[in-house]
Amino acid sequence: MSYNAPVSQTDLQAYADGQLSPMRRREVEEYLKKNPEMASMIEDYKNINDAVHKYFDPILEEPLPAQITVPVHSNRLKLLRVAAVSSWLALGGVIGWQLHPATVTLTTVDMLTAHLVKPAAFAHVIYTPEVRHPVEVSGKEHEHMVKWLSKRLKTMLQIPDLRDHGYELVGGRLLPSTDRMAAQFMYQRSDGVRITLYNRRGVWGNKATSFQFTKEKDTAVFYWIDGPLGFALVGNLSKRDLLKISESVYQQLN
Amino acid sequence: MAKYSEQVTSFIPHLRRYARALMGGDIMAADDLVQDCLERALSRIHLWRKGSDLRAWLFTIMHNLYANHIRKLSTAPKFVDLDSDNIRMNDNSNAERDLEIRDIQQAINTLTPDQREVLLLVTLEGLPYREVATILGMPEGTVMSKLSRAREKLRVIMQMENPKRLRRVK
Repeated sequence: MSYNAPVSQTDLQAYADGQLSPMRRREVEEYLKKNPEMASMIEDYKNINDAVHKYFDPILEEPLPAQITVPVHSNRLKLLRVAAVSSWLALGGVIGWQLHPATVTLTTVDMLTAHLVKPAAFAHVIYTPEVRHPVEVSGKEHEHMVKWLSKRLKTMLQIPDLRDHGYELVGGRLLPSTDRMAAQFMYQRSDGVRITLYNRRGVWGNKATSFQFTKEKDTAVFYWIDGPLGFALVGNLSKRDLLKISESVYQQLN
Repeated sequence: MAKYSEQVTSFIPHLRRYARALMGGDIMAADDLVQDCLERALSRIHLWRKGSDLRAWLFTIMHNLYANHIRKLSTAPKFVDLDSDNIRMNDNSNAERDLEIRDIQQAINTLTPDQREVLLLVTLEGLPYREVATILGMPEGTVMSKLSRAREKLRVIMQMENPKRLRRVK
């Protein structure tokens, strides 16, 4: 661009995006000094650029979800699990699981705590004290509820029968979780004690873990992953009682 | 070929960021778009000239997939049947998404699909206008006018929502 060429819309856009040559940039700067209205517009454009970056840049740091894979071309199509080489999730979790199915590494525990245990415990604490609206769909509409929630979670759900342990199904609800939807099923004992089973798909892909246990104050949680689904059974029960029910849930789902 | 997959892998975070912004913040839909893009890239690897810009090539593929997606959306019925009991739910009322969408995402959602693409490729990816024109298959002049329209729209929306905020963002 030659010196003193009139400043165009394109120049102004390019100025905001830092796409001008140093010389042209100085010319536009001069122009903006004399045109405060344009200068304020450019200021807004820059602020929009910043806001877009601020909002979306954290995605660059996210661990890759297991379902994202780079297909590798060999004689036949083979899927290379990118996650297995590039993310902490896989390094900590997947490899750990494959080598030692009975142990779960620390990073995996962190991940499951954030995406499974905490939301499950929170949903338990929120909904179990409810008198009038403990569930969204009543257990009487069992069949409909399974269909509906399976559709929304995009995976086949099953509702375990816990009557042998003295728990009747109250019903269930759809919940937002950290990055997905989750389903919560609630059960109740004749004395009013309630437990909940939380199900969701997650960043872990297709895995299997052993039972893990955690407890905060009176709220105890057994959690595990089986295939695409993560499960958390939550209750204000002893570890032993909750484990018995967890085993029963696990057996019924397999 | 292993080299190629490594290179592609290094762009995945960028593809995910772009897809997330395009798809209105819907993580699952965005990641599906990324996965489709990776698969298509592989199936057409013979069309990629070694040494040419792999990033531009990947974003071109994503643009084509996104354009198909938008075409399908425009012919699809507005209401989606979510199960056999005929529970109907307006796609726009997706509560899970509503929680996530804030400010800038909401503003971007009001842009037309091609305004969105231009704005995001320029601001998020920082691509030169010429490259954006190549990726989107439109003349550079069209890129510029779409960019300018997109920005004006965002400017009005952001000022409307919080008149003082825009100037404070640093």
